[in-house]
Amino acid sequence: MTRALAALFLRDLRLARRIGGGGSMGVVFFLIMVTIVPFAIGPDLNLLGRIGPAILWIGALLATLLGLDRLFQADHEDGSLDLLRMADTPLELIVLVKCAAHWTATGLPLALAAPVFGVMLAMEPQALAGVTLSLLAGTPALTFLGAMGAALTATLRRGGLLMAILVLPMAVPVLIFGVSAAAAASDAVASFGTPFMILCALTLLSAVGAPFAAAAALRSLGE
Amino acid sequence: MWKYANPTFFLTLVDRVLPWLAAATAALMAAGLYMTFFVAPADYQQGDAVRIMYIHVPSAWLSMFCYMTMAASALGTLVWRHPLADAAQKAAAPLGAAFTFVCLVTGSLWGKPMWGTWWVWDARLTSVLVLFLIYLGLIALWQTIEEPGKAARAAAILTLVGVVNIPIIKFSVDWWNTLHQPASVFRAGGPTIAPSMLWPLLVMALAFTLLFISLHLMATRNEILRRRLHRLTMLAANAADGGQADLRFADMEV
Repeated sequence: MTRALAALFLRDLRLARRIGGGGSMGVVFFLIMVTIVPFAIGPDLNLLGRIGPAILWIGALLATLLGLDRLFQADHEDGSLDLLRMADTPLELIVLVKCAAHWTATGLPLALAAPVFGVMLAMEPQALAGVTLSLLAGTPALTFLGAMGAALTATLRRGGLLMAILVLPMAVPVLIFGVSAAAAASDAVASFGTPFMILCALTLLSAVGAPFAAAAALRSLGE
Repeated sequence: MWKYANPTFFLTLVDRVLPWLAAATAALMAAGLYMTFFVAPADYQQGDAVRIMYIHVPSAWLSMFCYMTMAASALGTLVWRHPLADAAQKAAAPLGAAFTFVCLVTGSLWGKPMWGTWWVWDARLTSVLVLFLIYLGLIALWQTIEEPGKAARAAAILTLVGVVNIPIIKFSVDWWNTLHQPASVFRAGGPTIAPSMLWPLLVMALAFTLLFISLHLMATRNEILRRRLHRLTMLAANAADGGQADLRFADMEV
């Protein structure tokens, strides 16, 4: 079973690398998000530095969401989802591994690119470290929550917008604690530890819960 | 219990119960509104604006009650695959969205004179807004998936995931320091509202609950009838077609 899961992980990584829409496209989208915000609110560096963590988090949230709609859809279209569903390996574990591969291909590059883009937003070094750490801890939760939406909309032809409507309300707590952890890193008074721990808890909770919901959705929609 | 879950039995039951339920709703609503506007005293600080509370609080309770009804039906869908649970689930979503909307709008109308703003991003208001968004997402999901059985199971999973939000709404005023006042009716140590205001509120709450039950029964009945009509249309089309049509979907329904 471990070998099957490892093979699935490698397959998904390979697919993400070879087919467009993988990690690099997410990072490009992230960069564009960061670029258009100063156009919208003006190039005031003080203001940008203050709201920088929020901009980076919203950018990461949207970039994660946009990449997720193909998580199960592509497998549904070429029929490999049926094979995965009928395999001996539990579907919950398969979903977990697919999420892990997807995060490695898209979420991880986003978190690593965040400090570079943060410099463009005139953020302090401490704030950069805070936002990178919070993104590293928080983006897996976004992937897991998004996987749930992706599973629910896998069989729909135009599921992308519906998926965003379903997932974004659920992602609010992650965004709240992610941004407050990132903002607390550069704040002398606020504690970084508390929101960061809650963020980690949210990630762990979604890692446990979301695969079950997503697997249930895949099973019931595939019948 | 299974006897009541039979759709045909359910329909006769609804036909028998609904007139009484509707009459009781109308009577209680009239009494509650009368008490709201003529019996209940104006608040010494808020003046007559306090009367908004008699609409706002019951709709807030009902927005959560409706979600829990929907979650219970969702369990019925996922565990027993019961078509009646599917219909009950589908009927509850727009009702819940409506109650949540009324709650948000009345709260906003009250907030402008009292807090000086239409909206604040405090935990209670935001979590109720998220509840409203979840309702809208569920309605969108129902509309997007054509096949009723699949739509019901997808909506059931999302509904059960969204249940997390209900305790957050309930306890948001205790966990965070919010502008919205903490619970004053259902709390340890008894209500902190004067009886002259508590009674109209309770009457209105009961009226709203009965209104929800009546509307929910009606909407569930309509959904069952809609599915039967759909099935009859399919059968008729099949007969006209010489029996070649695919009846898979039609047979799955009520």
